Amino acid sequence: MNGLPDHLVAVPVLLPLATAALMLLLGEGRRRPKALVNVLSTAVGLAVAVALMLRAQGDGPAAFGIYLPGNWPVPYGIVLVADRLSALMAVLTGIVGLSALVHALPRWQHAGVHFHVLFQLQLMGLYGAFLTADLFNLFVFFEVLLAASYGLLLHGGGRERVSAGLHYIAINLVASLLFLIGVAVLYGVTGTLNMADIARKVVLIPPGDRGLLHAGVAILAIAFMAKAAVWPLNFWLPPAYAAASAPAAALFSILTKVGVYALLRLWTLCFPPEAGASAGFGGSVLIWAGMATLVFGAVGMMASQRLARMAGFSIIASSGTLVAAVGFDTPALSGGALFYLASSTLAGCALFLLVELLERGRQTDRGPADTDDGRHVLPAFHDGVPPADVNLDDEEQALIGHALPAALAFLGATFTVYAMVIAGLPPLSGFVAKLAMLQPLVQIGTPTAWTLFALMIGAGLLAAVALLRVGMRQFWTSQDVVPPRLQVAETVPVAGLLVVALALVAMAEPALVYTRAAAEALHAPERYIEAVLGATPLAAAQGGH
Amino acid sequence: MEVVISLAIGVLAGAGVWLVLRPRTFQVLIGLSLLSYAVNLFIFSVGSLAVDAEPIVRPGVPTDLAHYSDPVPQSLVLTAIVIGFATTALFLVVLLAQRGLTGGDHVDGREERP
Repeated sequence: MNGLPDHLVAVPVLLPLATAALMLLLGEGRRRPKALVNVLSTAVGLAVAVALMLRAQGDGPAAFGIYLPGNWPVPYGIVLVADRLSALMAVLTGIVGLSALVHALPRWQHAGVHFHVLFQLQLMGLYGAFLTADLFNLFVFFEVLLAASYGLLLHGGGRERVSAGLHYIAINLVASLLFLIGVAVLYGVTGTLNMADIARKVVLIPPGDRGLLHAGVAILAIAFMAKAAVWPLNFWLPPAYAAASAPAAALFSILTKVGVYALLRLWTLCFPPEAGASAGFGGSVLIWAGMATLVFGAVGMMASQRLARMAGFSIIASSGTLVAAVGFDTPALSGGALFYLASSTLAGCALFLLVELLERGRQTDRGPADTDDGRHVLPAFHDGVPPADVNLDDEEQALIGHALPAALAFLGATFTVYAMVIAGLPPLSGFVAKLAMLQPLVQIGTPTAWTLFALMIGAGLLAAVALLRVGMRQFWTSQDVVPPRLQVAETVPVAGLLVVALALVAMAEPALVYTRAAAEALHAPERYIEAVLGATPLAAAQGGH
Repeated sequence: MEVVISLAIGVLAGAGVWLVLRPRTFQVLIGLSLLSYAVNLFIFSVGSLAVDAEPIVRPGVPTDLAHYSDPVPQSLVLTAIVIGFATTALFLVVLLAQRGLTGGDHVDGREERP
């Protein structure tokens, strides 16, 4: 162990916590310094996550960044582990967080109290949930991110948000209670809470206790599936996400992925083919529940009128695809699924940011008061006086063509790109991701695999139709279209996510190599177990006492 | 003692589930509280139930679960109680906000106006 890099694993958890505490001390008001601190902290968190990702690319035990916060021996103390999957999720969290935050700076941060504090606590919960290697800490970080998300969902206030928030809180409280029951049963059966230790002991459980183990794991899985918005536990999602303010909804696009992550992590860890009588327990449930979710999401997208609801259903569809793909327990498929996870999370985040920009012109009575002072408004050419020396048409408009208002053109172009990513149309990252999943499905070749194959193609088609329909209504059919008034800071994250999405296509090869390596590591859990249980506390410093 | 604890958990959980499924917000709140009591008792009972057995090691007594109770579930319960209490309080605030905004106490519906 070489000192500093190991401490790096704890930074993504501690940094947001410290930032949140600092901003709480700053008090309400003073939004400018708080915004500055928040952006800096989030950017540093993203940089640390990228560093963890680079570090996780090695082979052997070096690929696991293991940190013992209390310096206790492993099965007893708590452990943070940054392997490829955790680092990937952390980087996604950083990107989504930074985008949502920059988007919130011009307007949304003024819509309620403690936005920045809740935002940082949300990031802390997300990073912690992805990095912890301990079941009970997973619960605690889940609660941290949920508690922050309750606050963020209500950010901005209003009747719709409060009603959706009430449902969201009630359902998540029940899911948390199921989570606790599952953890308690697992502890009762295995006598440990460390995930690696549980995985090691699953093989050794006497046959009499195996039913109890399966019951506990099933209850735990129900809790995760409720958070991952798996059908039929997902009716809360579309109203809640559609009601949330844009930055909150964009950040929430990664919340369902926490459930997917937990399923992926624990299921591959505890029930690999070597796990004896428990091998692959519940895999078919994951597959069929995932496929039902995919269908529900795709049909829901077709049925939605509002773009925000449609974005919520697209999150459900991507969740369903992921859960179904995980259930097949095939490294190649999981590798493609992880690429799909990255692509769909970023697209979902961008779509939620776009939704608000698009719907702004129509629903000025919602959200915070318009604080635009016109200083940073993107140039709009629609009100320009026609040049003197050109021919004019019937309406005395210049015949050199109706200049599209730049803001509307920008939104239209980005919307098209994200619609293509979500629907999985070539040549963008959504297509690469679907291709990377469809190929292994063909190789598996069972009727179930072909069903998922057909559903993914069909869902892509439905998503394309639904998004096209909304796009046409939004950009083409409006008679007297009012170009939305945008501020530059609000377009930066959308454009930045666009760059990331394009980079994901350009760098598809190395990205796929990374996600496949992450999936290989997931499906060979011995290495993870060995690395975690092999970690030793640091010796006390010489001459310390 | 196991029977008493099991009955207590079962009654609390049953009442909690019934109340959570009721249409009014206050019933849901009480239901969630009862459910969390049931879950807390359940976690507590996971680490061997024992009378007069503290989880603190005494000199001269062998350190096994026959002589002590398991400290881990107790710490889990403590965490779960704190988190459950905080989130229930938050739910109560949202409940009151919704009462103020909609004028009714329905979770998902409207008050019938005569």
